[in-house]
Amino acid sequence: MAQMLIANRLGDGLVVFRAADGGWVESINAGLVIEDADEAERLLEQSRVDERDNKVIDPNLIAVTDEAGGLRPVSIREAIRAAGPTIAVDIT
Amino acid sequence: MYRYDEFDRTLVDERVEQFRRQVEARLSGDLDEDRFKPLRLMNGLYLQLHAYMLRVNVPYGCMSSVQLRRLAHIARTYDKGFGHFTTRQNIQYNWIKLEETPDILAELAAVEMNAMQSSGNCVRNITADHYAGCAQDEIQDPRVWCEILRQYSILNPEFSYLPRKFKLAVTGAPRDRAAVAVHDIGLRMHLNDAGEPGFEVIVGGGQGRTPVVGKTIREWIEPEHIVSYVEAILRIYNMYGRRDNMYKARIKILVNALGIDKYRELVEAEWNEIREGVLKIDPAEAERIDAYFQPPAYEHMENLHAELEALRSADDAFDAWMRSNVVAHKVAGYSIVNISLKAPGKIPGDLSAAKMDAVADLADEHSFGELRVSHRQNLVFTDVRQGDLHTLWQQLCELELATPNIGLASDIIACPGLDYCALANARSIPIAQDIGQYFSGSLKLQQVGDLTINVSGCMNACGHHHVGNIGILGVDKRGKEFFQLTLGGSSDEHASLGDRVGPGLPQAEVPAAIERIVDTYLELREADERFLDTYRRVGMDPFRAVVYDDDTTDKEAA
Repeated sequence: MAQMLIANRLGDGLVVFRAADGGWVESINAGLVIEDADEAERLLEQSRVDERDNKVIDPNLIAVTDEAGGLRPVSIREAIRAAGPTIAVDIT
Repeated sequence: MYRYDEFDRTLVDERVEQFRRQVEARLSGDLDEDRFKPLRLMNGLYLQLHAYMLRVNVPYGCMSSVQLRRLAHIARTYDKGFGHFTTRQNIQYNWIKLEETPDILAELAAVEMNAMQSSGNCVRNITADHYAGCAQDEIQDPRVWCEILRQYSILNPEFSYLPRKFKLAVTGAPRDRAAVAVHDIGLRMHLNDAGEPGFEVIVGGGQGRTPVVGKTIREWIEPEHIVSYVEAILRIYNMYGRRDNMYKARIKILVNALGIDKYRELVEAEWNEIREGVLKIDPAEAERIDAYFQPPAYEHMENLHAELEALRSADDAFDAWMRSNVVAHKVAGYSIVNISLKAPGKIPGDLSAAKMDAVADLADEHSFGELRVSHRQNLVFTDVRQGDLHTLWQQLCELELATPNIGLASDIIACPGLDYCALANARSIPIAQDIGQYFSGSLKLQQVGDLTINVSGCMNACGHHHVGNIGILGVDKRGKEFFQLTLGGSSDEHASLGDRVGPGLPQAEVPAAIERIVDTYLELREADERFLDTYRRVGMDPFRAVVYDDDTTDKEAA
């Protein structure tokens, strides 16, 4: 199952995804999709180094699917976390 | 309202600078997240699904127009231009940056606000009747005692690391608008046989995963002893409350485990040791605090019955607003005005920065520059001249803040739910919006009358679903959201917990199920029964039958 690494960035708390170059990006579609389970665990360990280096908080692996509209986390919680609230937030 | 003295100011300013140093230490790596988390929580800063969330205290729901403008400024400058008023009468912002939090706290301190103890295992913001000082049925203004308890509990070192969070609510009126029976400690003022005002002390109430209606630990206590009695309750809890399991750590679990009689015995023994000590409130100190809560400079006027009746007769919309949103005031010529934050389709409790500014201006124009936040996530102008009511209504209509629904079915409490909250299992806001839309025709709303609908996105019950006449609890079943309904809950002076109807429903089914419940009530009600009265008379069966009468209903697996 395809997985991605998700975390919150320390300074501003925003949701970020681990990218192929080891950096963290805000767009899920710019993040690295990991197909291999062993590789996923290895990258999770690397991400914990980023946590110790105070770049991100609580990195975790999440299952994702590649759909017509782009990458999407499987669980509704992570889907909302990735895409933002499902309700309008341009409060007038 | 209360104003900071030099001690408050120093304490809050020093706290801001202390947190600034802690944030710097976190960002530089000198503090790791495990050590920093309790520090940020004690300053109101959570990490939610999308970002940090900052919860700012509005002590017992009271604030000035100056403070509201500052809250608007913070929303505009540091967040996405809006804030969310909560069931603890606070406000929270959803996209706060850790790096900017010390500056925000400094901006708050400049207008005598703070976020201390709005989270963490300590005494949280003390809530109160949002009509305090103005209600016709009030025995005494509870804000004096709220403020004394606030000063006593804020940064109190003995109670900074309780087993779990601790919530107090206070009412000075027999009609309970502050939900005191579902708090860790609830204080309800009443007169003793000699006609003297004092507090009934209720302990061990609460919602969450183990909902409990609190029990009376003392029928009546002189207000001068209220701090020492609260201290005795806290000490026994601090000493014996469980710390091994956070789900068993609230005082309600301890009271239940010991039994109220044993808990009372322990508290009374402790209290007898301390009751005449430093915590006994000096009358001069009570008087000093009371001076902050003196009534504004009311004009001597008569009630405007004829003039208002003429305006109401001429305009059904104004009449509907007067009926549901305007409440009698204890002073002739004035009224209490509820400002609904529940317009159809809107998010309960959310308010944009622009509207906060506009409301602050209206508070200056019509309500002595002060306003309240209610625990039902609305705003209140407590002191409006009756001669201003029609003008104020027109001004609120322009702002979409005059929905005539206070206490009615579309005045829905909803927690942020899974759209924002890291703890939630399901989304609360879309359900509230759907139900709000269903009741948007005011005819049906008025026909149904008093009905509270409360929505929580998880069993932590921030949306008070246990005490909604209709409660809605979001649950997760194998990755899908379902919503369990409860009926018969109430947080008033006859508090009760709702009874579960049955298996949860998918979101799309909920509004129709609510409609069938409401229609059943309309068929069954006698005379002027409220929904709650009818439910208590007829019980669950007729309602359960209509919730599940559709074979196609995609019920949550039992």
